[in-house]
Amino acid sequence: MRNVYIAGIGQTPVGEHWDSSLTTLAVRALSAARREAELPIQALYVGNALGGEVAGQALLGTTVATAAGLGGIEAMRVEAGGASGGAALRQAYLAVAGGAFDVVAVVGVEKLTDVLEGSIEAALALALDSDYEAAQGLTLTAGWALLQQRYMHVYGYADTAFAPFPVNAHRNGSTNRAAQYRSAISREQVIRSPKVAAPIALLDSSTAADGAAAVIIAAEQVVRKLSGPRIRVAGSALASAPLALGARRDLLWLEAAEQSAQGALKQAGVRHADVDVLELSDQHGIVAALSLEAGGFVERGMAPQAAADNLIAREGTLPIATFGGCKARGDAPGALGVYQIVELTQQLRGTSGANQVADARVAFAQCLGGLGATAATHVLVRED
Amino acid sequence: MQLAKHWRLKGSRYRLEGARHPHTGAICFPRPADAAEWEAVPLSGQGVVESFAAAGKAADGFADDAVMALVRLAEGPIITAQLTDVALDEVKIDMPVEMVTRKLRDLGPEGLIVYGYKFRPLLVER
Amino acid sequence: MPKPTLATGIVGYGAYVPRFRITAAEISRIWNGGSLLPITEKSVPGIDEDTITMAIEAGRHALARAAVPATELGAVWIGSESHPYAVKPSGTIVAEALGCGLEISAADWEFACKAGTEALTASMGMVGSGMLAYAMAIGADTAQGRPGDALEYTAAAGAAALIVGPADQALATLDATLSVVTDTPDFFRRAEQTYPVHGNRFTGTPAYFAHITNAGRRLLAQLGAEPGDFRYVVFHQPNAKFPQTVGKQLGFGPEQIAPGLLAPRIGNTYSAAALLGLCATLDVAEPGDRIMVVSYGSGAGADAYALTVTDRLPAARERAPLTTAYLERRVEVDYATYAKWRGKLVQG
Repeated sequence: MRNVYIAGIGQTPVGEHWDSSLTTLAVRALSAARREAELPIQALYVGNALGGEVAGQALLGTTVATAAGLGGIEAMRVEAGGASGGAALRQAYLAVAGGAFDVVAVVGVEKLTDVLEGSIEAALALALDSDYEAAQGLTLTAGWALLQQRYMHVYGYADTAFAPFPVNAHRNGSTNRAAQYRSAISREQVIRSPKVAAPIALLDSSTAADGAAAVIIAAEQVVRKLSGPRIRVAGSALASAPLALGARRDLLWLEAAEQSAQGALKQAGVRHADVDVLELSDQHGIVAALSLEAGGFVERGMAPQAAADNLIAREGTLPIATFGGCKARGDAPGALGVYQIVELTQQLRGTSGANQVADARVAFAQCLGGLGATAATHVLVRED
Repeated sequence: MQLAKHWRLKGSRYRLEGARHPHTGAICFPRPADAAEWEAVPLSGQGVVESFAAAGKAADGFADDAVMALVRLAEGPIITAQLTDVALDEVKIDMPVEMVTRKLRDLGPEGLIVYGYKFRPLLVER
Repeated sequence: MPKPTLATGIVGYGAYVPRFRITAAEISRIWNGGSLLPITEKSVPGIDEDTITMAIEAGRHALARAAVPATELGAVWIGSESHPYAVKPSGTIVAEALGCGLEISAADWEFACKAGTEALTASMGMVGSGMLAYAMAIGADTAQGRPGDALEYTAAAGAAALIVGPADQALATLDATLSVVTDTPDFFRRAEQTYPVHGNRFTGTPAYFAHITNAGRRLLAQLGAEPGDFRYVVFHQPNAKFPQTVGKQLGFGPEQIAPGLLAPRIGNTYSAAALLGLCATLDVAEPGDRIMVVSYGSGAGADAYALTVTDRLPAARERAPLTTAYLERRVEVDYATYAKWRGKLVQG
């Protein structure tokens, strides 16, 4: 396997892009990444969760490649729900590390606002077990709410215990120009907000929206010519677990998140204590909490406490959502995994401005599909 | 309208039909993807609430004010279902519930009415 | 004597009433209906309930009491004026949900409020002729009245299921039955119409009272029995007053009617009404008690039955919830909620 490096990054803000199509968003992010990399793209993997169902377009790999003037290259869509972006990067990584290509582009893109709310919920619910969860009326948000209620019962937390997660996300989002929500919020505001799916509060709930992010990765011999610190994709792993909550051994343990985290960390030769900055699936505090625990960063049942102790802040030992996370940067489901890489690359380059985590050298990115049924994890390491 | 899909699921939806392994006696719900070796067995419909939540904004075709639950069935499996005949603030974890058959979804004036299992607090204490 | 060759009886019974109620006073508040109200309150089905779901629950209770496997049933027949589909049988869905076998007859019956007893009489015929061992007859309705109309105060929801089987297994034997029919247009609903039309006071003397008294008197005469021979009597009950008046006309007293008189508390459950009254009566009857039941269906006709409770009833009735469990499970809703749930709001 060859070493693989980040050669370029690009993104659009997450938001309600009424005047842009899925393709326009994807090409915009990809163009920004290509301007940085200045390398000939040999293949394109498009991470997208709902394009076929919501944007009404299949063959997204080809659609984006040809629109970007890359006609002729290998291109395809990778779908793994909310882990689509991470899964697309995983495919690109395998292609470069395995020697099939030297330079591969990954675009994560989602375009949801072309349809109305009920259809968005129905599309998002495709990542649940169709016959035994979605058919019963479950949505993704309600699924996480079921896990939060159980978590509160088992570990003895009140629903207010999850408020530090969105407070941290908004604090970081307020200084990210690409964030959907750039206002800080207080713990009291979160606690007082109405419930979207009790026990989950409105202000602890991301808003699924539009956005695209792009990363170009390249083999070692190609990036030797690039200037600046080199960011290596040191670990890459994808894992799966049953879609249906009832089919899992342990409701409060995201097995796929654990397995992919362990796989990526092991491959990178990195210990938990070495990780300086993390990006996780954090549509709600409970998602980040279960991810932190499954990833091995905090003990079971301790994530809300860790958040309350401010460990998740930029100044803490487990900084998450450093550009706002899903809650403030915005939640473009299939693009999440690529946004995470764009943000963590800036952290490792030291170009994050007000959002910078000091001396960040090792970064951990994990995105989940469904209710944690699939998890894609990547570890990035700065090489000077 | 996925007529064949709804038809295929009627055993589990109407009768809470799970599967029993003829040798090990293991019971599962839903039936395994390839249940050739397993025998169909209707489950008792008795269970307890493992967790619950408001359904929130529902997908098209579902009511917005539903209460969702994870129900641990007496036979062991945990299933996702709506609670009915109960308000959110009346629900507690570990509360005993029983299966009833209700309308899951109405696919509109020209569509199918989908029936299936929901759970409610016990009508009569057991 | 109007009875089948082989003696039959009720081997299992089950009741169902939805959890929700709206008071007649609340309906009157919206429509300025005054204070002379036909009942106290009526049952309202929840948004996930219909004739099929209610029939399934009543049917499950009937099977539990009969202690007969669902696969032994030879027929599942459902009488209703609110079958959810215009074309597609309620009976097939109910039979599948109950776990019946493939070799079974399932059909839907319609005769205004006596569709359920039509199914009962047919069940007696099938079992009494020896063609079937067991047949289930269900009466179930989620009746609708036009907003503001007199019917809206009473049109309610409920279901009752009876399993007819051999008399030697019966909780109550079905000793005889008799039906009367005339063409009397007191109440009807054309196809595709949401709400029925009724003839106001024409629904009384020539319709409800004439048919029930005719059927009742004829059955008593053919049995050589007097009203006093019966411990209990159940009539179709479109409101609180009619069944009490017709009981008096036939010579029955208030104490004979009381256990089966549910209309004041749950309204007119249409096809379920007489059968639910019978279920509630079986909940309290003792071995040896004789019970008379007379249903009524607009259009018009009446079915009369004579039953005798056996010593198998007391043990069997404990195997499923009593009707009172449903009567006491009561959550009141306001007119706005009721209008929303019952599809009375124009939603585009």
